[in-house]
Amino acid sequence: MRLEFSDSDLAFRDELRAFFRSEVPADILDARDREIELSREDQVRYQKCLHARGWAGVNWPVEYGGTGWTPMQKYLFALEAAAANAPDIIPFGISMVGPVIFSFGTEAQKQRFLPGILASDVWWCQGYSEPGAGSDLASLATRADRAGDRYVVNGTKVWTTLAQHADWIFCLARTSTDVARRQEGISFLLIDLDTPGITVSPIITLDGVHEVNEVRFEDVEVPAANLVGEEGKGWTYGKVLLQHERTTLTGTARSAYRLRRLRSQAGRSVRGAPPLADDRNFMRALAAAEIELKALEITELRTLAAVAAGEAPGPESSFLKIRGTEIQQAIDVLYMDAAGYYALPYVPEQYATGFPDERRIGDGVETRSALRYFNGRKSTIYGGSNEIQRNIIAKRVLGL
Amino acid sequence: MDFTLDETQAMLADSVDRFIAGDYDFETRQRIAASDSGYSLDVWRKFAELGWLALPFPERDGGFDGGPLETMILMQAFGRGLVVEPYLANVVLAGGILRRLANHRQREAWLIPLISGELQTALAFVEPQARYELADVATKARPDGTGWRLSGTKGVVLNGGNAELLIVPARTDGGRRDADGITLFAVDAAAEGIAVRRYPTVDGAQAAEIVLDDVRAEADALLGDVGRGLEALEAAVEDATLAVCAEAVGIMQTLTEKTVAYSKSRIQFGVPIGSFQALQHRMVDMLTACEQSYSLLLWATSKHAGGGDSRRAVSSMKYQVGTAGRQVGQEAVQIHGAMGVTWELDVAHYFKRLTTIGQIFGNADWHLDRVAA
Repeated sequence: MRLEFSDSDLAFRDELRAFFRSEVPADILDARDREIELSREDQVRYQKCLHARGWAGVNWPVEYGGTGWTPMQKYLFALEAAAANAPDIIPFGISMVGPVIFSFGTEAQKQRFLPGILASDVWWCQGYSEPGAGSDLASLATRADRAGDRYVVNGTKVWTTLAQHADWIFCLARTSTDVARRQEGISFLLIDLDTPGITVSPIITLDGVHEVNEVRFEDVEVPAANLVGEEGKGWTYGKVLLQHERTTLTGTARSAYRLRRLRSQAGRSVRGAPPLADDRNFMRALAAAEIELKALEITELRTLAAVAAGEAPGPESSFLKIRGTEIQQAIDVLYMDAAGYYALPYVPEQYATGFPDERRIGDGVETRSALRYFNGRKSTIYGGSNEIQRNIIAKRVLGL
Repeated sequence: MDFTLDETQAMLADSVDRFIAGDYDFETRQRIAASDSGYSLDVWRKFAELGWLALPFPERDGGFDGGPLETMILMQAFGRGLVVEPYLANVVLAGGILRRLANHRQREAWLIPLISGELQTALAFVEPQARYELADVATKARPDGTGWRLSGTKGVVLNGGNAELLIVPARTDGGRRDADGITLFAVDAAAEGIAVRRYPTVDGAQAAEIVLDDVRAEADALLGDVGRGLEALEAAVEDATLAVCAEAVGIMQTLTEKTVAYSKSRIQFGVPIGSFQALQHRMVDMLTACEQSYSLLLWATSKHAGGGDSRRAVSSMKYQVGTAGRQVGQEAVQIHGAMGVTWELDVAHYFKRLTTIGQIFGNADWHLDRVAA
């Protein structure tokens, strides 16, 4: 039993720290610090920094241009990226469709799609959920009907994150209804969003932000060569992806950063008020969140150690998602508690580049705290709702 | 013991519900919230016509001598309808000060027009450094001939952008956090030296940051006695705290009804999601939270109406709203799934207002300390 990082891990961590300190553009980190939303260009610029270092493919094997990092190194990368408050990598290309393509795709598909994903030249989005298929994803109804060398796609995908910026979409679509189980008729298709017949419409979330979309397909012709793997096996590929998605949704490193920042803020006087540290109720809640997060961090490391020993991440990855998202939400509440009245002003103009400091209302993240809390409610709903995650664990782990 | 509403009170509840059903549907509410002023002059006049603006004021001023119970009934119905009109700011907060302190001439000048719907007002009781401490007043009032000059900053002034009349606590004496030495002034919002920066709030209402730079206040701007303004300030804020608790209960009840209805209609895995036991139990917990909150509301309102010291009761209720309200709001969104986090669905907007209620007049932590003391 040894709960410390090895010397080589520590050396690697130092290398990561140096990278984030000196190779990530200062203006991007500054924007992050000021809670300014990054443009598509800025996000791509960041990812290209990683790519230049050979670090874009965090989870990819070396043969496809990935880092080939051990689970512990990947963990340290997430830790140091969060500590530097670096942007999150947009997951749809690098963490989701990329691994599906190199795991199940043809050589031609790998050569065609993987380099663009890795270099962040091509932006992907995820076409899974539908108005009638949320938790019950297998009931999806978008059809892909084979016609010669094409599939003709009809249907509607919903909650498609950042589709307004995306170039391509990967879709689960139904290629056959003549099956014993609904999951069997589903295929994994790669679709160019420029194809005629596709309409992307914004869905505004409760915080007033345009983040997700509806994507409608009307007689969209997709080359059969864009089918990944075998027809009817899309559900399996999608499931592998979802298990990976779950581990990326734990967010322990980001949560640790946010709690450290809050604890530091609590020790200061904001606008001449007594420091929040004087509020024992608040400090107790902060301490409780820190304890819960520590437990999750160690659970995550236990999972990592198991994976390093050659075991695949299975149902316990569902558990990480449940606790990770609940803790994220608890931290959102603490930030809002800290803001007091200054959670109320809706002043998105403050979070644009160049807004004069002297006109700023509230201190730092206060006027974003309610919006973050509102938007953060989605985390226990997406990626497989926490209810579904509990069902999976009950069935697969507890045998109920 | 009798927990029923009398005939007049029942009629009041009924008339507000009918108004909302007939004239204030969700689309209307959204349109009003998105407007420049954030409220509707037509609706405000209707409120005046219906006598709602007159509710808590004495009959001699054209009021109905209504008490906390009448305000509770109105506010609970406003919660059900997610009404954004600035009733709280005008009638309960600013009106609460005027009701208690205005002399005859001040009543003629301000209270009468407020009641008739012709004057927008605001009470600037928050300062940027104060968090929830009403006595934390850095704004100063220095004597200037027969009047004063006011300088300081007021934060998150509810209805501050619309107000023509501002009621401003300022310090004539004492240290920044002293209970004594706070004086209340009625100031024309268009007076020289006042800078109002208005903004929407995250719940569909509006507020403002207001900076006073040597603003002249005449002798007749003084409300009540010099240096003794905290008592009325606390009383008006206590009224308002209870009022938003009633609004919150209305919201909680509506969210629970909508969630149950949604769970019966949303089909996944071939069945309504309301058939899943795990969700049923949580909806029962939502119902329990609503009923417990309503019970506490009746008790706290009765205590407040009784005339004695009701601070502990009001703090208990505010704590309840902060905790049970948070639970109900979060569950409503979660059970609605992704729909619950969209701008388009009313559930999200009920949730947001319930959340901001938790943030004002002291959050759950703050009120818990007052009960614990």
